[in-house]
Amino acid sequence: MATLEIRDLHVTVEVENGTKEILKGVDLTVKQGETHAIMGPNGSGKSTLAYSIAGHPKYTITQGTVTLDGEDVLEMEVDERARAGMFLAMQYPVEVPGVSVSNFLRTSATAIRGEAPKLRTWVKEVKESMAALQMDPAFAERNVNEGFSGGEKKRHEILQMELLKPKIAILDETDSGLDVDALRVVSEGVNRIRETGEVGTLLITHYTRILRYIKPDFVHVFANGRIAESGGAELADKLENEGYEAYVKGGASA
Amino acid sequence: MAEAQNIPVGSTTAGQIAVAAESTVATRMSAPPSFDVADFPVPHGREEEWRFTPLERLRGLHDGTAVATGDGVKIDIDAPEGVVVETVGRDDARLGKAGAPVDRVAAQAYSAFEKAGVVTVPKETVLTEPIRIAVHGEGGVAYGHQVIELGAFAEAVVVIDHTGDAVLAANVDYILGDGAKLTVVSVQDWDDKAVHVGQHNALIGRDATFKSFVVTFGGDLVRLHPRVAYAGTGGEAELFGLYFTDAGQHQEHRLLVDHNVPHCKSNVVYKGALQGEQAHAVWIGDVLIEARAEGTDTYEMNRNLVLTDGARVDSVPNLEIETGEIVGAGHASATGRFDDEQLFYLMARGIPADEARRLVVRGFFAELVQQIEVDDIEQRLLVKIDEELEASV
Ligand SMILES: Nc1ncnc2c1ncn2[C@@H]1O[C@H](COP(=O)(O)OP(=O)(O)OP(=O)(O)O)[C@@H](O)[C@H]1O
Ligand SMILES: [Mg+2]
Repeated sequence: MATLEIRDLHVTVEVENGTKEILKGVDLTVKQGETHAIMGPNGSGKSTLAYSIAGHPKYTITQGTVTLDGEDVLEMEVDERARAGMFLAMQYPVEVPGVSVSNFLRTSATAIRGEAPKLRTWVKEVKESMAALQMDPAFAERNVNEGFSGGEKKRHEILQMELLKPKIAILDETDSGLDVDALRVVSEGVNRIRETGEVGTLLITHYTRILRYIKPDFVHVFANGRIAESGGAELADKLENEGYEAYVKGGASA
Repeated sequence: MAEAQNIPVGSTTAGQIAVAAESTVATRMSAPPSFDVADFPVPHGREEEWRFTPLERLRGLHDGTAVATGDGVKIDIDAPEGVVVETVGRDDARLGKAGAPVDRVAAQAYSAFEKAGVVTVPKETVLTEPIRIAVHGEGGVAYGHQVIELGAFAEAVVVIDHTGDAVLAANVDYILGDGAKLTVVSVQDWDDKAVHVGQHNALIGRDATFKSFVVTFGGDLVRLHPRVAYAGTGGEAELFGLYFTDAGQHQEHRLLVDHNVPHCKSNVVYKGALQGEQAHAVWIGDVLIEARAEGTDTYEMNRNLVLTDGARVDSVPNLEIETGEIVGAGHASATGRFDDEQLFYLMARGIPADEARRLVVRGFFAELVQQIEVDDIEQRLLVKIDEELEASV
C-alpha cells in the first residue's frame, strides 16, 4: 500500500526583497485509499505545499523530507515524481499551445505506464472518461487548456487523473470556479477514482462545499504554513460554522 | 508593440511582435520593380524593406561587391519522364515572365546570372513522382535563375532542396497554365554560414492551383520573397511556411499575394519556432486586393513559438483592400512562448523535459508538415526538428 510521508517540510520562495518562508514545518501522512482534506485561508500556503511535492522549480525546500513508500521524492525530477505515482491537479492549469489534448493524454499515459496504450482500447477509455465528465469529444482535438473555461480546465485535470491512475493525487482547489452542476460532475469523477481504493487523495480546498460530495476521512486545517489542527469529517462542520478566524489570529501570515 | 494602423480586418497580435506604424506595400519599395540592378539604390538599412535585415551579413549581395566565383552552387535535377529540363542563356524569352525583382538583391541576381534553368511540364502531363532540384552550396558566391512552367492542366510536385554552404542570390519563377496544379516544397537546409536571398514569383493561370511550402532551417541569413499574382480568374494559392530559427540565425520571409484578378483565393499560413540568443525571424505578409479583384477570398496567418529568451520575432501582417465586393479577408499574427510553466505542466504528467519540448514543437508544426505529402521530406523535417531541439538543450 503506497504511502506519502511529509515530515517537517519547510519551503521558501524568492521574493523581490529576499527570501520568504511559506511552509513552516508540515507533517502529513497520506495512504492509498484515504482521503484527506486540507482547508485553509487564502495565502496560507496550500498551493505551495502542492507544488513543492510536485517539484515546481519556483519553490526551495530548506528542511524536511517527502517520501513515497520510503523513496525520496525530493530527489526526483518532476517527471519522475509523476511516473512514481504522484499526481497534481492544478489550481490554475497551464495552456500549452500546439499540443492537442489527445496527443498530450496519450504521450502522458505512455510515459506513466511505461508503454504506449493499445490504440483501440485507449480511444475507448478516453471517450468513456470524457463522457462521464460531460466533456464534449471535440476537446480531444483542441490544444491543451487553450481557451478552456475555468470549469473545463478542472474537468480536464480530473480526466487526466482518471487516465493516469496515480497512487497519490493532490487536488488543488479543483472546486474553485465551478458552478453547482460542474462541481457535482467533477466530484463524481473523483469519487469514481476513489472507489477503486487505489488512490490516496489530498483534497485542497478553501470551502466546505465540495466535502458534501467528496467525504474525507481526515480534515486538516492549514494556517500560516503548517497544519494547525487535524480531525475527522466533523472538523469541516466546525470550519463551516466558525470560519478560519481562530487559526489566523495571533499566528497571522502577513 | 502597437498594431499596424493600416490593418482593417480582425487582427490579433500578442507577444514579442514589433510592428511599424506605417507599413504598407508602397512603403516597402524604394524603387519600382525592375530587372536591372542599377535601378535600385544600394540599401543603407533604414529603408522600410531592409530595416530588419543585417546588411553586413549579406556578404556583399546588396552592394555589388559579391562577385560570382564559379564554384558557388551545384545543381542536380532529377525529373520523371515527360518533363523537359533545359539550361538556357540570358536572352531566353521564358525568363522573368512571372514577375520583376522588387529589391536590389533580386535585381542583382537577375542581372548577374549567366545561365538559367527551365523545367517544363507539358500540358496535360500529370506526374506521379516529384521533380527534385538539388541545389548544393560548394562554398562560393553564385547568382541564379530557375523557371518552372506547367502547361494547361499539367500536375506536378517540385522539391527544391538547398544544402551546403554558399552565398546565393537566386530567383525562381513558377508559371502555371490554365487548370494546372503545382505543389512546390523549397527546403532551406543550409549549413550554418550560408547566405541565401531570393524572390519566388508565382503566376497562376485561370482555375490553376498553386501550393507552396517554404521550409527554412539553416543558414546564417535567409531572406526570401514568395510572391503570387494571378493570370486568370478562379486561381488558388496556398502558401505555407515553416521556419526554425536558431541562435544567431536571421530568417526572413516577405510574402506578397496580389489579388489582381477577380474571384481568386489565397490562404497563407507561416509558422516559426525560435530558440537561442539572437535568433531573429521576420515575417512580412502583404495581401493586396486590387479594386477590380471582386470575389476575392483570402486569409493569412503567422504564428511564432518562442522557446527561449533572447529570440526576436518581427511579424507584420498587412491587408490592403481596394474593393468591398469580396468573399472574405482576414489575417492574424500571434507569438507565443513555451515557458517554464508549460514545461512543468507536461513534466508533472510524467513526460520528460526533452520529450515535452519535442511534443510542443512537433505539435506546433504538425498541421503544416502533414500537408506536404512528400514522405521523405516530411520525415526529414521531423528528424530536423528533433535535431534542432537536441542541439538546444
Ligand atoms: N513566487 C512567489 N513570490 C512571492 N510570494 C509568493 C510566491 N509564491 C507564493 N507566495 C506567497 O506565499 C503565500 C502562500 O501562497 P499559496 O499560493 O501557497 O497560498 P494558498 O493557500 O494556496 O492560497 P489560495 O487559497 O489563495 O490558493 C502567499 O502569501 C503568496 O503570496
Ligand atoms: Mg492555492
